Amino acid sequence: MSQPEILNQAFELGFTYTRSTGPVVGRFLTELKNRRIVGIKASDSRVVVPPMEYDPDTAEELSEFVEVGEQGEIVSFAWVKEPREAHPMDVPFAWAMIKLDGADVPMIHCVAAASEGDVKTGARVRAVWADETIGFITDIRCFELV
Amino acid sequence: MSEEQDVVTVIQAPIYLKYNFTAGAAPARFLTQLKKGKLTGQCRDEPGAPVYIPPRGSCPATGKPTEKEVELSDKATVQSFTIVHIPIPGNAIQPPFIVANLVADGANISFIHLMSECVNEEVHIGQRVQAVWKPEAEWDYAMDNIKYFKPIDEPDVPPEQIGKLPVTGWEG
Repeated sequence: MSQPEILNQAFELGFTYTRSTGPVVGRFLTELKNRRIVGIKASDSRVVVPPMEYDPDTAEELSEFVEVGEQGEIVSFAWVKEPREAHPMDVPFAWAMIKLDGADVPMIHCVAAASEGDVKTGARVRAVWADETIGFITDIRCFELV
Repeated sequence: MSEEQDVVTVIQAPIYLKYNFTAGAAPARFLTQLKKGKLTGQCRDEPGAPVYIPPRGSCPATGKPTEKEVELSDKATVQSFTIVHIPIPGNAIQPPFIVANLVADGANISFIHLMSECVNEEVHIGQRVQAVWKPEAEWDYAMDNIKYFKPIDEPDVPPEQIGKLPVTGWEG
């Protein structure tokens, strides 16, 4: 029994899903395409962004969309030193929970910044729109510090 | 909101899993032989030990290493099969086609491969088939060195005998 050479091969498994958005997320993405950000009003009057279909407390169907600002405040963040292939940016960036003006719940997105030290809790940020919007979360390319 | 036809109803959400697959020692030995156009099973080095293909390195029945290599025939018997009617995205093969569990002569376990040059409706359990190989220049470390299996003119193997034939084949 002789030992053969080590055999090694790259292999990619792809699940090429197309997903239905449903009416609420569909509305959110449609608004993104038109360079607007909307949330939805919950039963306790909180504005939730991105909008959710059902109330987190009462489970009632929600339908009152509210436009929120494209600026907001960093609630918390994590600095990514070495972006991976699937990440939205190919240079170091921050994942951040951003509470947009007019929203009561923070939304996760990426923040472009020159260095980790520039990103702070409470810092103001502004959405940077993609050159071409298609109705996807990446229509907001990133947020930048104001 | 803008015009009705611009409303987003679906998104593309593909997931790609990228692996670097390293064959272990036993599969590497199997694949090295396969590159030479040989189907080899492996078994424990004991008389009458079951022969596995493709070998994984240990005997599932006892956990002992499958140290012995056994060259198998490229003739096989249909153990089960499926006629595939639904196209698979990214697959060049057009349906309907047949995917079968085949047991090579000399092996005691089946492997999955394609069947062709056959009448799909006449394919049946116990049917005798043989490998149709690609040209030797195209052989690689891959089971698709065999393009597919085609029926051969030998009598059917009764169900209780499938998976128990010697490498010398079916006496019928």
